[in-house]
Amino acid sequence: MAQVSTAPRLASLRATPGLLERIDLPRRVVFAAAASMILIVALLLVFIAWQGIQLFVRDGVPVGQILSPTWQPDRASGATNFGLLPFVAATVLVTAVALLISTPLSVGLAVFLSEVAPNWARAIVQPALEIFVGIPSVVWGWLGITILVPFLAHTFHGNAIIGLPVVGQIFSIPGFLTGFSWMAGSLVLSIMILPTITSVSYDAFRAVPLEMRTGSLALGTTRWQTIRHILIPSALPGVLTGVVLGMTRAAGEALAVQMVIGNSPTMPAAITQPVTTLTSQITLDMGNTVFGEPWQDALWTMSLVLLIVSITSVVLVRVINKGRMAT
Amino acid sequence: MTATPSLRRKTSRGSILADRAATVVLWGTGALVLLILGAIIVHFAIAAWGVVSPSFILSDPSDVALGGILPVLWNSIYILALTMVIAVPVGLLGGIYMSEYASDNAVTGAIRFAEEAISSVPSIVVGLFGLILFVDNFHQGFTALNGALALTFFNLPLMTRLSEQALRAVPQEERSASLALGATKWQTIRHVVVPLAIPGLITGVILTAGRVFGEAAVLLFTSGIGTPPHYNFANFDLFSPASPWSPFRPSTTLSVYIYKLQSEGLGSHVNQIIDGSAAILISMVLIFNLGARFIGRVLTRRLTAA
Amino acid sequence: MSTPTNAAVYAETAPPRLVVAQSAIADEFAARPADVKISTEKVSIMYGEKVAVRDVSLTVQERSILALIGPSGSGKSTFLRCFNRMNDLIPGAHVQGAVNLDGENIMDPDVSVVELRRRVGMVFQRPNPFPMSIYENVAYGPRRRGQNDRRKLDELVETSIKRAALWDEVKDDLKRKSGLALSGGQQQRLCIARVLATDPDVILMDEPASALDPVSTLRIEELMRELRQAYTIVIVTHNMQQAARVSDVTAFFTMADDRAGYLVEVGPTGQIFTRPNERLTEDYISGRFG
Repeated sequence: MAQVSTAPRLASLRATPGLLERIDLPRRVVFAAAASMILIVALLLVFIAWQGIQLFVRDGVPVGQILSPTWQPDRASGATNFGLLPFVAATVLVTAVALLISTPLSVGLAVFLSEVAPNWARAIVQPALEIFVGIPSVVWGWLGITILVPFLAHTFHGNAIIGLPVVGQIFSIPGFLTGFSWMAGSLVLSIMILPTITSVSYDAFRAVPLEMRTGSLALGTTRWQTIRHILIPSALPGVLTGVVLGMTRAAGEALAVQMVIGNSPTMPAAITQPVTTLTSQITLDMGNTVFGEPWQDALWTMSLVLLIVSITSVVLVRVINKGRMAT
Repeated sequence: MTATPSLRRKTSRGSILADRAATVVLWGTGALVLLILGAIIVHFAIAAWGVVSPSFILSDPSDVALGGILPVLWNSIYILALTMVIAVPVGLLGGIYMSEYASDNAVTGAIRFAEEAISSVPSIVVGLFGLILFVDNFHQGFTALNGALALTFFNLPLMTRLSEQALRAVPQEERSASLALGATKWQTIRHVVVPLAIPGLITGVILTAGRVFGEAAVLLFTSGIGTPPHYNFANFDLFSPASPWSPFRPSTTLSVYIYKLQSEGLGSHVNQIIDGSAAILISMVLIFNLGARFIGRVLTRRLTAA
Repeated sequence: MSTPTNAAVYAETAPPRLVVAQSAIADEFAARPADVKISTEKVSIMYGEKVAVRDVSLTVQERSILALIGPSGSGKSTFLRCFNRMNDLIPGAHVQGAVNLDGENIMDPDVSVVELRRRVGMVFQRPNPFPMSIYENVAYGPRRRGQNDRRKLDELVETSIKRAALWDEVKDDLKRKSGLALSGGQQQRLCIARVLATDPDVILMDEPASALDPVSTLRIEELMRELRQAYTIVIVTHNMQQAARVSDVTAFFTMADDRAGYLVEVGPTGQIFTRPNERLTEDYISGRFG
């Protein structure tokens, strides 16, 4: 073995850090990169909010007017009325129906993947879901136009009459005229938000400890009973988070919805009739309006509404998951 | 002596029936998803059969009767590359901060909130933000650079989060070993942690790229919606709006072009052009998606194998 | 240098009272002039509110092997990590008291921790070679310090691997084989070579052989005895026979009622294992607890 010098070490451990070491450049650079997101959000809020209040500030429109159900932005047709209620109502209703359709399906799919599917089935369905996520919204919209809308118009063109035997007709739903409608929007959205709700719910189910399942089964229950009474209640916050995220995505979706929704800026009447959501109207009109005119300012106000809704949902998700570890 | 009740028929008939029914329904959801996806792929394969061809991909909209997509396809690729060039480094560095440096304080909380907030903002609103910032305020007009920047804003949370996850997955003992040898924190990150996280990082990049490629709403009001002119690829003047290599020109991408065509509906072959374009879009998404999985798996195996 | 001929080395079941033959080396050690390499003064380590180690004062002679033994939870590894300030990496951990290396208190804020860790190296319980070639693993430390001269690195790598008794097994595959491709025992010797390449004075080993098979364990122990000629070594081990075979000085830690670890007794290994001063030590040695 080679001889090693055994002379005593006199060199001190005290190093005088150079300027470069003292300012810790790497740390500052990576921090700036991460903190840039704070700047982006702040700018987003500031710019959209500023532009969104111009309708009231610069154009002098009374704030209450946006709650009116009449949308008349074009001065050429007479007095303008910037009622946003049709769009807000449409967004809410289209999103609600989309959630109604999608949630049972998504949660079911998540349960399937987590509890029922053998490995080979999971290995096929999970990539399929990831591909779903990747399909661009214009493609969904196009599929809606070419397949869904004609199908709806052709198959359900008659009126649907809901009634009871003795009482008679309670209400009737008019048939699809062109197929472009609230229902078409909800159907397209429901398929678009399916992967979102599924994946978040799936993670929530997987997080439920195995012992809870085995404990239930050991008491002589069936798998479905275990799912229904143990699994879903335990994973409820996670599933709710998924639903909220799906809702946010649905409310914010612009192009796919605009392509199938029919674009009629009136209060939603029947599910088979055309409506216009906030995002649809913005997409349609923004290109045809001039920066600074009240019509466009109203569109900016609509954007502000959308922004407020999405930030609120972030807060909502945090409230749902209060006290739980962030994933 | 009473006979001990048989072990059969312990659970009520109803419960067993419910369990079986539930199992069928649950399998049904899985089958439904596969069915829908399969139907979509088949639909586009058929619809695009007569349309997609080398000439379709490589010619201009006005050239052939059927209208090619070369300029818009080029724009999609160009804006994707430009966006990745900006978003990947920023996202990676941000992920390094969140994984290796960030402690549990208010600033980190603010960063996470910002991450979630940007993720939840509708893409159209991000596009409008780009409109107001770049077009109305900085008077840039519609340019590829605007689109890339807006796309960066939109995808930064995803890129940062995926990078953070990939870095966190590196076992702590690798860091300990490096630090115990007298390496500094940054040396440890650069020479040990990041190399070990490469498979996850690359997967993250490819997944983000897939999202960027298909995006349209963000680009409508930042890089423009129009029919591009013929591109002279020999023109390398980066500041001339006529050069396809310049970031300072309106750039309608493939997704935006589809949206434009379906809203204008002009021309006899519009539907087929859209079908062809959509088929190409979906193919690219499939390639990105499956590519990410495949490359991730190959790299992980190469890294951890002896 | 002769290998220790303790009967205990070959015995699978140790008798309640270990009979440790005073080897020639232990005698030589006792006769040498004492040069204090490390000394600790009332060192306590806390994780937040919880006290993990309380008031430990001991000294480590240059070029000797100190073994820290005791039941699990008695703070041996935590105490070991003081010497290269690896506890700094644990959030909420703080250390009171002084730890002196060559007379300098390493707990001082203006001490360069990076330089400290070069001088005080560490080998971990589970071998953790980097996923790089054997050569790059060993060259890692010197490279980070700016050493890029090919020839100097080649020399350094060869010397370090030879000193870690690994050379013959890997000399043909230095750059082609990954560190992960070696067996467990080889990986641990690679980690030792990696530490040696930074030219340390002190080597800390946290249960270095507990993840290895018995044959590899013995090789590591032989290696330790060799390295002792040039380096100061502190090892943590839960294997008493190993401590008896390998070390010059043994320190016995145990856990108090409030679950804080403390030093019960420290002394020459032969004495600790045959005539310990404390009752607790004797109980542990003879297997009555822990």
